[in-house]
Amino acid sequence: MNPYAALTTTFGFRPDTPPLETLPTGVASLDALISGFPRGAISEILGPESSGRTTIIHALLAASTSKFEICAYVDTDDSFDPVSASAAGVALSQLLWIRCGHNAGHALKVADALLHAGGFGVIIFDLCQISTKVANHIPISYWYRFRRAIENTPTILALIEKEPLARSCAALMLAMKRSKTVWKGAPGFELLRGVEFEAASRKPVRQAAANLNAKAI
Amino acid sequence: MFACLHVCGRRASAPTGPAAGLSKIAEAFSPWFEQTAPDTIVFPIDGLKRLYGKPEQIAQAIAQHAGAAVNVAIAETAESAILAAHNFPGITVGPELDHLDISTLPITEEMLETLDTWGIRDLQELAGLPETGIAERFGEAGVHLQQLAKGATHRPLRVFQQATTYDDRIELDHPVDLLDPLLFLIARMLAEQCEKLQAHGMAANEVTVHLELDDKTEHSRTLRLPIPMRESKSLLKLLQMDLEAHPPQAATLALSLSLKPVLPRTVQTGIFLPATPAPDKLELTLARIRGIVGENNVGIAELMDTHHPHPYRLAASQPKITDSQPWTDRQAFRYFRPPIAAKVELQRDRPARIAALGIYGKVLNAAGPWRSSGGWWTQTVWNRDEWDVTLSYGALYRIYREPSQNWFIEGSYD
Repeated sequence: MNPYAALTTTFGFRPDTPPLETLPTGVASLDALISGFPRGAISEILGPESSGRTTIIHALLAASTSKFEICAYVDTDDSFDPVSASAAGVALSQLLWIRCGHNAGHALKVADALLHAGGFGVIIFDLCQISTKVANHIPISYWYRFRRAIENTPTILALIEKEPLARSCAALMLAMKRSKTVWKGAPGFELLRGVEFEAASRKPVRQAAANLNAKAI
Repeated sequence: MFACLHVCGRRASAPTGPAAGLSKIAEAFSPWFEQTAPDTIVFPIDGLKRLYGKPEQIAQAIAQHAGAAVNVAIAETAESAILAAHNFPGITVGPELDHLDISTLPITEEMLETLDTWGIRDLQELAGLPETGIAERFGEAGVHLQQLAKGATHRPLRVFQQATTYDDRIELDHPVDLLDPLLFLIARMLAEQCEKLQAHGMAANEVTVHLELDDKTEHSRTLRLPIPMRESKSLLKLLQMDLEAHPPQAATLALSLSLKPVLPRTVQTGIFLPATPAPDKLELTLARIRGIVGENNVGIAELMDTHHPHPYRLAASQPKITDSQPWTDRQAFRYFRPPIAAKVELQRDRPARIAALGIYGKVLNAAGPWRSSGGWWTQTVWNRDEWDVTLSYGALYRIYREPSQNWFIEGSYD
């Protein structure tokens, strides 16, 4: 008997699963790096302030809504900006926006309700602005529950945060970094032109990183 | 065979006159009847033969029920019965219409004049004319008139149907305090009404529960559904969540339920279209979420045509598929709601250092001020100078100054 197969049966390891279907974002460099966000799985996008996390999320939402899918944005800290999302190509009429009023507990319940309702293309769970103390109090069981809820469905659950939260439950972990802010004009008369970001895949681990540019709104 | 009732006399069309009760008389003899005019009603009597016997006996029974002010006529066709009831007083069975004047038919002045010049005076003469000649001169209307004159017009009745209501009411023997027993009763009422909707091929887009309370007050809740529904379980769950959020203030003595019927939603689905949440299931999910985060915090963002710093609103509706475009490389913005109050040091009227809760640093680059104001004629007046700034650790923020010289951090570019 194949030793791997023996281990699988003896210790109850999960058998090899086929590669997950992905949703390309339309950002060429990022799609070349990770070939899109995996469906039926949790993806984490993490990074500090102004590192391009939300820009990536807008790209993901735009890709999903352009495929006529319904999406949801669980906005823990009321930080979503419809104007910049619309400018990035997100069809707002296909996006359900839920403001949770700075209450992470409510946000978790809302995300749970949405995941179990089913039928969504992408569900964004925005935890960027919650404090580390609150983040550490989120039971790990929530992430297992969420992973279980979307398994074998076409839904993508994307978390945006400062530090990893779902960890082993996530199929994709993107670490964002700001490379450069582009200003033009003489000192005193400068204009913001855009930002350059760098996305590194921590899970699955990739040596290369993707470079992204975003123009100022 | 058909019977026609016609109210003769000047008071026929009065709202309290005999014509007002015609439909009730007709209902006593047949569930199907057509009201051709306010004072005329016609219905089939084939089913009455076993009850009353011959047509004469049926006519007698109807006349007895209708009273003296109503002409009763029985004929082979509905149109012949109508003609007879209009032109013969009392009871007429199998009428001889041959010698009726042609002006008794629904005829135009022009046709009447032409027929008069031809010497055609009564229905028998009109019926005797060659049909092709009538068709050549008067067209379809002429042929129809001739068929009426012959008594050979067979048409289905345009049956009068009373508007169906989907209402129910229960009076309780004892006041009920708790919501669960009430929901048990509502479930029963809902199931009955939804079955009725299903049988009639309808759905409801509005459900109202009206509770009469022990303290002589009333409590009413209305659910306006974004899509017509007729699944009693879904409606019950929605009502349950609504009543839990807005419970009655006293025990309930009576409750009534009313559903507003509309045509059900028809959707063309496609095999290659992505699966979207089922509308009724989504509505339940939204109701559940509204219960968690509040009614005004769930919906679709709608952009508004204004220069206001927050040019959007949250519309409480379900998402719907529209044409959309692919991603364009625009930088995203994140709001701090509420904006964070900040202390800003200025150098030559430009921000040089910022200090706020969790955000502080030297300003490396700043673009501004972008002055905007408006809405002074409304409650939502705004007036501010905006700056885009990069701090020493690289974060990019939008800050603004109010006329009161107070500074705030509105959000970050992310």
